[in-house]
Amino acid sequence: MNYTSENQKDRKEMINVIGVDDINELFDVIPKDLRAKELNITGGKTEQELLSYFSDIASKNKVLTSFRGAGVYDHFIPSLVGEVVGRSEFWTAYTPYQAEASQGTLQAIFEYQSLICALTGLDTSNASLYDGATAIAEAALLALRVSRKSKILISSALHPEYIQVVKTYLENSKAKLVFLDVSLDGMTEKKTLDANLDEDTAGVIIQSPNYFGVIEDMQTMSVVTKRASSLFVAVVNPLSLGVFKAPGEYNADIAVGEGQVLGSSMSMGGMTFGFMAVRKALEWKIPGRIVGQTTDKRGNRGFVLTLQSREQHIRREKATSNICTNASLNALAGCVFLSGWGDYGFKKLAEINISKARYAYDRIKSLKGFKSKFGGNEVFFNEFVIETEKDVNKINEVLLKNSILGPLDLSTHHCTLASLGLPEVLKNFKNCFLFCVTEQRTKSEIDKLVEILSKV
Amino acid sequence: MNIPDNLKYTKTHEWVKIDCNKAKVGITDFAQHEITDIVHIELPEIGKRVKKEQPIAVIESVKSAFDIYTPLSGKIIDVNDNIIETPEVVNKSPYGDGYLFTVEFDDEKEIGSLLSVDDYKKLIL
Amino acid sequence: MEKLLNELSTECCPAYSLDSDIEINPQVPESLKRNLSLDLPNISENDLLRHFTNLSRKNYALSTTFYPLGSCTMKYNPLVNERIAKFDNFAKLHPYQDSKTVQGVLEVMYNLEKDLCEISGMDCFSLQQAAGAHGEFSSLLIIAKYFKSIKQKRAKIIVPDSAHGTNPASAALAGFDIVPLKSESDGSILPEKLKEILTPEIAAIMLTVPNTLGTFEKNIPEISKIVHGNGSLLYYDGANLNAVMGVVKPGDMGFDIMHINLHKTFSTPHGGGGPGSGPIGVKAFLEPFLPLPRIESKGNEFILNYEKQESIGKLKAFFGNFPVILKAYVYIKSLGAKGLKNVSEQAVLNANYMLSRFKDKINVPAGGRCMHEFVLAPKKLFKNAVRTLDVAKRLLDYGYYAPTVYFPLIVEEAIMIEPTETESKKTLDAFVDTLIKIILEEASLEPQKLKDAPVNTFVGRLNEVEAARNPILKWK
Repeated sequence: MNYTSENQKDRKEMINVIGVDDINELFDVIPKDLRAKELNITGGKTEQELLSYFSDIASKNKVLTSFRGAGVYDHFIPSLVGEVVGRSEFWTAYTPYQAEASQGTLQAIFEYQSLICALTGLDTSNASLYDGATAIAEAALLALRVSRKSKILISSALHPEYIQVVKTYLENSKAKLVFLDVSLDGMTEKKTLDANLDEDTAGVIIQSPNYFGVIEDMQTMSVVTKRASSLFVAVVNPLSLGVFKAPGEYNADIAVGEGQVLGSSMSMGGMTFGFMAVRKALEWKIPGRIVGQTTDKRGNRGFVLTLQSREQHIRREKATSNICTNASLNALAGCVFLSGWGDYGFKKLAEINISKARYAYDRIKSLKGFKSKFGGNEVFFNEFVIETEKDVNKINEVLLKNSILGPLDLSTHHCTLASLGLPEVLKNFKNCFLFCVTEQRTKSEIDKLVEILSKV
Repeated sequence: MNIPDNLKYTKTHEWVKIDCNKAKVGITDFAQHEITDIVHIELPEIGKRVKKEQPIAVIESVKSAFDIYTPLSGKIIDVNDNIIETPEVVNKSPYGDGYLFTVEFDDEKEIGSLLSVDDYKKLIL
Repeated sequence: MEKLLNELSTECCPAYSLDSDIEINPQVPESLKRNLSLDLPNISENDLLRHFTNLSRKNYALSTTFYPLGSCTMKYNPLVNERIAKFDNFAKLHPYQDSKTVQGVLEVMYNLEKDLCEISGMDCFSLQQAAGAHGEFSSLLIIAKYFKSIKQKRAKIIVPDSAHGTNPASAALAGFDIVPLKSESDGSILPEKLKEILTPEIAAIMLTVPNTLGTFEKNIPEISKIVHGNGSLLYYDGANLNAVMGVVKPGDMGFDIMHINLHKTFSTPHGGGGPGSGPIGVKAFLEPFLPLPRIESKGNEFILNYEKQESIGKLKAFFGNFPVILKAYVYIKSLGAKGLKNVSEQAVLNANYMLSRFKDKINVPAGGRCMHEFVLAPKKLFKNAVRTLDVAKRLLDYGYYAPTVYFPLIVEEAIMIEPTETESKKTLDAFVDTLIKIILEEASLEPQKLKDAPVNTFVGRLNEVEAARNPILKWK
């Protein structure tokens, strides 16, 4: 393909106007001995050839019926989402620097911010961050910046990749990262919070539902955190907020999380978006773009990027973050997703997740050789951990033969991630599975899963 | 351009009003004009120990941010909270209601390095 | 004026609904239940489709108009890229599937890494970074870790004053102190000036080549020699790679580490602000520090390797923005070696053509030649309190998106224009005529027209001061 505007007639005229003999002369400034030889890159395919070539590559991937979550979920995406984010006026626009020519993107982000605030019960949302993991890292940096303290307490029940990203982000800062233990009921141990919380603690980061699917006692954790005047950072699954307490209800200072569940396809875990909402007092300290409402010369309502003096293009090394490009299009998907349910429908969506997961949970743990890892009293959203006496590998092999993406094997998963330096506690999950059941799974699919498990 | 005679100045466009061992500090009319519409201000905490020429406050317009430097070493004993909610006051009254903070200074000798009104006029006019 | 979602909300049936074939019985303890009302809008699918379609029409976009936004490389985004990224066998994959079931994905990533190495002259690539700034940050962490591994204390990074704001911001985030370097009026770096600030504490210098004024860094061989002679590393900000593909490789110029913006040079769309992708490339001696996992080829299979002790760790959950990565790879396969070089040649030709038409009329601080973009400095032509901002707003009235303005910071009242290779001479001519008319005619004869602009857009000029002084950041 050739997408350039190249044509010989124009080229000749342009070269004449510039006053050179040929295009090569325009590159004269580049030292001759540095010039590249012809690149060794195949290509030059037509659209038809590309479609066929990439269909072949795509066929080496397998789409499976998913009972796996762990950060990325198979959820229903309404047709409207694809239609709106598929409009080229949205996907071929840049960051809305020229407000008057970008009102579509700006108003959509303003609505996104409003919806995230409604969902989290907090005051101010930014326009999105790269993903859930980086949003948590930015929340940690925000807590450190605002409190001028130097310690972050983070639950070991956070998604291990989230922990990893926070570690990477804080690597060269003076901040200290301290892990809170997980107790036998699958929740962050309150005792370790009590023991580690002190006047040097900038923030406490807890995820609910946590990596193991368990709903944490956020209320208690938040109250304890506030005793040390530290910031409470809630990492939440936005879909779960249709039923479970909003971060604003337990006085979280910052709510962050992964937005993939709000209308983005799984696509190997990206593109997605991260969201961040905060209390009003933190408004001028948060990272990333923010859209605000204002008026034009005629008094009409309009929207602009605002509070910009926080950002890198103005503040350079003193900016609240280095972020520039964010995840606007996926946040738009989130906005369209959130705008079509109404309160009743959104709550029902969350309830279906809980009910289907609970149905699967009850059936699986009653099978011989399977039991709940956390004793059976845990409250969960759409994920739960089961311990088994059977051969974990074999189970997933058999499921795969049936085109089912089985539960995540926590023992081997942690081994592959172990080299990344995970907290010790996460290594105690031998023979444990993390199941996920969303609204997408039908009763017959769950029954089939149970049947296969019972026979292995 | 309003440049009162009874004040001392800095190269970074702060004005200083000395009263016994205290110095009230703000930005000059010239500075507020250059910054244009002020939209946000960050002030130091009361009680903070500061060193001469250390950046301790920030004044922001829509498209830029400016560090404000303390002209003298000492302790911050008062900040002008009113301008946090109404930053436009600094544009309207840079020498009056729009002052920034007061520093109780340690060393009187530092005053000698501040600019006189004539020096400051030479700097900007 | 388009209503807000909360203003559209009615008592109707909302757009989406679901049923369950399992009894809905969530059994959630009261103490964990949400009491706060959700306050989500209630809007039918018909009304929502209208709302968002109407909103989209209030955007100027690459698909509706010329978008000469300097430094952003707003080139045509091929539709076939989008189509392929939506294939079920790419879009419906879980990141924790067994790597045997995602061999196609790993093949794309592995091969894109190889192609980026060939284009850039680097030895290894990592695709995990979500944006250019994210690439800068990971690179700086690698630089820090490298010096730690050879037990050298180097805590400072040199950043020219013409650099993008993300450079110093990323360096600060990675724990470095910033040493600013004053660049010349054409954005170039003088080796003598560099020498003055090059102390044993300097870990690296970040350079954008071509620089943000659109000129090639002609002193680069000497700069490379001086920097390496000091034991420091050379970082390449690949924001402007579109100018030199197939012409010169950063690796051959002496750069040790770099990032590429796939959403600029490799035509993946910007999505109104993202998502993007900012892969980083390194010379072999920095490979052990790359983020994990690494994609490797073993026999007939691609595998994920997490076993690298010296890695900086993870920058993002999972594997990066895979659809962006895929689109960039499709683009490379559509062009091939010749096509890629042709892109840079046409981009440089288009920019020089525009520049030639401007240079006798409007001041160009970097001189009469450029690479893929150039900066105008119209300040001396402005009377009647007209500013570059007014020119930008007036361009909107003529149906153009405005160029980048007030950047780079070293040029007062800057207008930064990047036409890209996908715009025709006809489009370029019409834009040049319009901009000349605005700056040379309207600005002196009818300055009020500029001050009042834009008038042909959906809203008039918006009050940014009010927006920041009394922030309204969500609906009431």
